[in-house]
Amino acid sequence: MATIIDVKNLTKKFGDFVAVNDISFSVEAGDIFAFLGPNGAGKSTTIKMLTTLSHPTKGTILINGFNPVTNSDAARHSFGIVFQDPSLDEDLTALENLKLHGALYGVPTDILKTRIDELLALVELSDRKNDFVKDFSGGMKRRLEIARGLLHHPKIIFLDEPTLGLDPQTRNHLWSYVQKLNEDEGITVFFTTHYMEEAERVAKRVAIIDHGTIIAQGTSEELLQQTSTSTLEEAFLKLTGNAIRDEASSSTDKMRQNHGMWRGGNRR
Amino acid sequence: MRTIYIMWQREVKRFVRSKSRIVGSLGQPILFLVALGYGLGPVFAKAGQGNYLEFLAPGIIGMSIIFSAIFNGMQVIWDRQFGFLKETMVAPVSRLSIMFGRTIGGATVASAQGVLVLLIAMLAGFRPISWIGVVPAIIMMFLIALLFSSLGIMVASLLKDMQGFQLIMNFLVMPLFFLSGALFPLDNVPAALLIVARCDPLSYGVDALRYFLIGSSTFPLALDIGVLVLVSALFLGLGSYFFSKIQI
Repeated sequence: MATIIDVKNLTKKFGDFVAVNDISFSVEAGDIFAFLGPNGAGKSTTIKMLTTLSHPTKGTILINGFNPVTNSDAARHSFGIVFQDPSLDEDLTALENLKLHGALYGVPTDILKTRIDELLALVELSDRKNDFVKDFSGGMKRRLEIARGLLHHPKIIFLDEPTLGLDPQTRNHLWSYVQKLNEDEGITVFFTTHYMEEAERVAKRVAIIDHGTIIAQGTSEELLQQTSTSTLEEAFLKLTGNAIRDEASSSTDKMRQNHGMWRGGNRR
Repeated sequence: MRTIYIMWQREVKRFVRSKSRIVGSLGQPILFLVALGYGLGPVFAKAGQGNYLEFLAPGIIGMSIIFSAIFNGMQVIWDRQFGFLKETMVAPVSRLSIMFGRTIGGATVASAQGVLVLLIAMLAGFRPISWIGVVPAIIMMFLIALLFSSLGIMVASLLKDMQGFQLIMNFLVMPLFFLSGALFPLDNVPAALLIVARCDPLSYGVDALRYFLIGSSTFPLALDIGVLVLVSALFLGLGSYFFSKIQI
């Protein structure tokens, strides 16, 4: 199989702080690849560099053969992404969000309509397509985001903690979609999660990053063997230690707390 | 082109749908028109300056445009906080076209508000000198809106969150409005104030509106339009530059 994501000696520094330290890994086309690590390990920074949102300090990345820095548009066409935080426009309907995405990715209008119908059916939101996203539940938003991420037929889909805050039913459902997509369409899946049993069940290959360095990679079985443990969660804890990592509350979190107030007072 | 259109459409749709935002944004101009227009009217007349409501209305139109345009630009901060900005940032389109679409959309919305305020001023007793003059006046409104919409995006691109919002309000938007000659004639003000007003692009916007709506102005029309066009181009350029530098 061909390599679809190729990362060599990737480093990202913020001032003196090294967020990602000289990591190398590759993902084969058609893989389901889990990228695991405790909070602040460098997962999000790596995903940002892979998805053209941030530039590496050193090292090279190839996404579907394209360099995200020098050939960002070609790289951007190659992947879809579901961000950790919702990134839908809540004041538009589901359909409008999808149409907007189609326009941004240059999907021809005649094809766009059929694709939207197909994808809405896939994520079981066809009957809600004219409803505003602000009236959707967390699970529905996630499903809509997945539909949106697939709209331009990407080769790779990035899922950054896609199941965060979802109930077990929705999580199960979501992973069955993703596995089905992977099997039927051969789409490469790159995801992060804090639920180790998800990674163990779904991922074909796993990489664990901590303190900006990849400390283990392979199939789940290989990691279990290496650490002589019986579950991926145990293996993960053995590799990364038991200390709790605190992330500083970002201004985003604070804003989100005020969000309800603002919307209530000013926008509705 | 499709990107600019879809981003423009998004701004317009969001505006048309939020009835409370439309009504809410009209409250302040109405208050200004009624309280100042009727309240200071007699004093203004006594001072031999004529009808204050007539003088004030273009200024209040300018006010509603600058507030609305800067807020629309600053919508970028909300989109950054609530994720939508990322969706546009990973899309395979130039950031320039995204910025243009947003700016033109925000400017369209702000001009629409300006037209609404014009209608309200007419309910309050304002009459434009000629109906033909209303058309170029609306073009002027759009120019003012474009200028401040780009300024809003520029400011928003430099801010990470709404913490600096009050600062922008008190040290940028309010001074731009109060020192622009929107509320008082610039003809006989102290030299220092005139210098400040001459540095405020809104002064030229309001002046151009007065030229077309009430037929009198402080500066030559060519100067008004020249300043509006040049400063709009400058802010559009700067806004695009800072917007393209946003890293998430």
